[in-house]
Amino acid sequence: MLNQNIANIAYVLAAILFVFDLRWMSHPRTAVRGNRVGVLGMLIAIVATLLSGNLEFHYIIIGVAIGSVIGAVAAMRVAMTAMPEMVGLFNGFGGGASVMVAAAALIAAMSSLASGGNNADMQMKVATVASGIIGSVTFFGSYVAFGKLAEFIAVKWKLHFWQKLIKYGFSLIVIAGGIWYGLSQGISILSVALVISAVLIGLILLMRKDRFPGMNIVKGLCGVAVIILGVLVVMNPENTLLFWVLVGVGGVLGVILTISIGGADMPVVIALLNSYSGLAATATGFVINNNVLIIAGSLVGASGLILTNIMCKAMNRSLANVLFGVMGPTSETPDADEVYKTVKATSAEEVAMLLDTAQRVVIVPGYGMAVSQAQHAVRDLANLLESKGAEVEYAIHPVAGRMPGHMNVLLAEADIPYDKLKEMDAINPSMAQVDVAIVLGANDVVNPVARTDPKSPIAGMPIIDVDKAKTAVIIKRSLSPGFAGIPNPLFAKEHSLMYFGDGKKAIQDLITAVKEG
Amino acid sequence: MEIFVTALTIFILAIFVGFEVITKVPPTLHTPLMSGSNAISGITIIGALVLAGQIESPQLSKILGLAAVIFATINVVGGFLVTDRMLKMFKKK
Repeated sequence: MLNQNIANIAYVLAAILFVFDLRWMSHPRTAVRGNRVGVLGMLIAIVATLLSGNLEFHYIIIGVAIGSVIGAVAAMRVAMTAMPEMVGLFNGFGGGASVMVAAAALIAAMSSLASGGNNADMQMKVATVASGIIGSVTFFGSYVAFGKLAEFIAVKWKLHFWQKLIKYGFSLIVIAGGIWYGLSQGISILSVALVISAVLIGLILLMRKDRFPGMNIVKGLCGVAVIILGVLVVMNPENTLLFWVLVGVGGVLGVILTISIGGADMPVVIALLNSYSGLAATATGFVINNNVLIIAGSLVGASGLILTNIMCKAMNRSLANVLFGVMGPTSETPDADEVYKTVKATSAEEVAMLLDTAQRVVIVPGYGMAVSQAQHAVRDLANLLESKGAEVEYAIHPVAGRMPGHMNVLLAEADIPYDKLKEMDAINPSMAQVDVAIVLGANDVVNPVARTDPKSPIAGMPIIDVDKAKTAVIIKRSLSPGFAGIPNPLFAKEHSLMYFGDGKKAIQDLITAVKEG
Repeated sequence: MEIFVTALTIFILAIFVGFEVITKVPPTLHTPLMSGSNAISGITIIGALVLAGQIESPQLSKILGLAAVIFATINVVGGFLVTDRMLKMFKKK
């Protein structure tokens, strides 16, 4: 058995390796090495743990085997376009693990107390509460984020079989689990509270809408209840049912906080849940008094907070506004028909002629590119134009897509060199020298109203200045509004051409037209 | 109390290190940063392993530990693998 001091030194080593992991994430050249160093750190921490305790291994082996298979299959099979769903789901696993570790530690501590061991100290009790709340909010919030991204939560349309399976299966498990455990503890205020919160979670997840009357009241009540329950758990740690009620109400809170957030606000939520999953690990570190958990969790917490902040700034909105506000057209929003009076539709041939003489082309991708899986076609078009002597770059808005960096991953998947992916601030100053800007499935992030109309819902949001390019070609299925629900005057500008169609097909037609032209 | 203050110190310093290091990550790598840091948050596995493997603790505690091991392992294995997959795409050029 490994001496505890040696194990602790191994933990410090693991923590250092995690810092290097993130440090080397600062450049695509070093990032692969960074990630592998992180793996090494994790291995060292796991081996040190297994060698330092007097443990029996059958549950450990079963758990690691099941988890490894699920994790590996998911990681190898997920499509790059589905990365937001995947990260959303994985945040939840982290939160769920924290809840269960806290619960298991609490039960173990209480049982050792009953058999004459030391009383659990204040730190352990408070940290258990924090772990339970943050972990539960993360778990259920992440499930909602996953479900909204995979389009089976709060939607009205017909679902695929696998979507139904997850949607109804999850709700059923939560409701049945809550009722079963609640009743097994006898009828009391607490068991009824647990049943109510489980049923509430299950039912909200089955709704076809993402809002219901009195939602903000329930939100507030849950917030208050969680704090009161937290205090009660600290005072009565031996009452396991109380802890589960805390987790249940935390779950209602997690579901309600995320269910009304959608579309372009998704990157903020994913980043925030990422941060929570780290903070949950930190809280668990305080529960079991383990420094490597505290350090690793803090690093992740900080990372998520930074990303959340970047995303909020990129929309010129506060976090509170994203979480509690309503985004949409106001009474002052101009009428779409009026704005779109001068829209000019174009064809592949016309755009091909423009591109034939263009020296500098910038492609502005949005969520629409991900939906139509157009990234490979985009690369083919760019290669073709470059072979004809044009310079092709990509302008990427921080909140384009459904998670931070979503567009970059898709373009990298299509073998587009990362030095051609330009940040908004880097490309905006030279937008006026761009001959043709091709907007592919983006809308609000190129809407000049953000600069001009202080009353607009997107007022002050930094945008990519496509309107300043010599010609803007907008590839879009229709003139329907983006997430903000407002018309985009860019589409009707004198130098703008609307090229209607599915993103991938439109680009492929364009390639054919350029080759023939 | 002494242990708590030490832990708190470590927590606060780690947050600062996190801010310093992560501010330098370019937007291009934000998605792999999220999946990679998510894998790191799977460090909860340390706690899960101990609780799943304890000899003298109630069965319920061990079962919860087992569930936590499964969740955390998915997080660690899946997170690191998918990050590696993504980062290799960026490295090619």
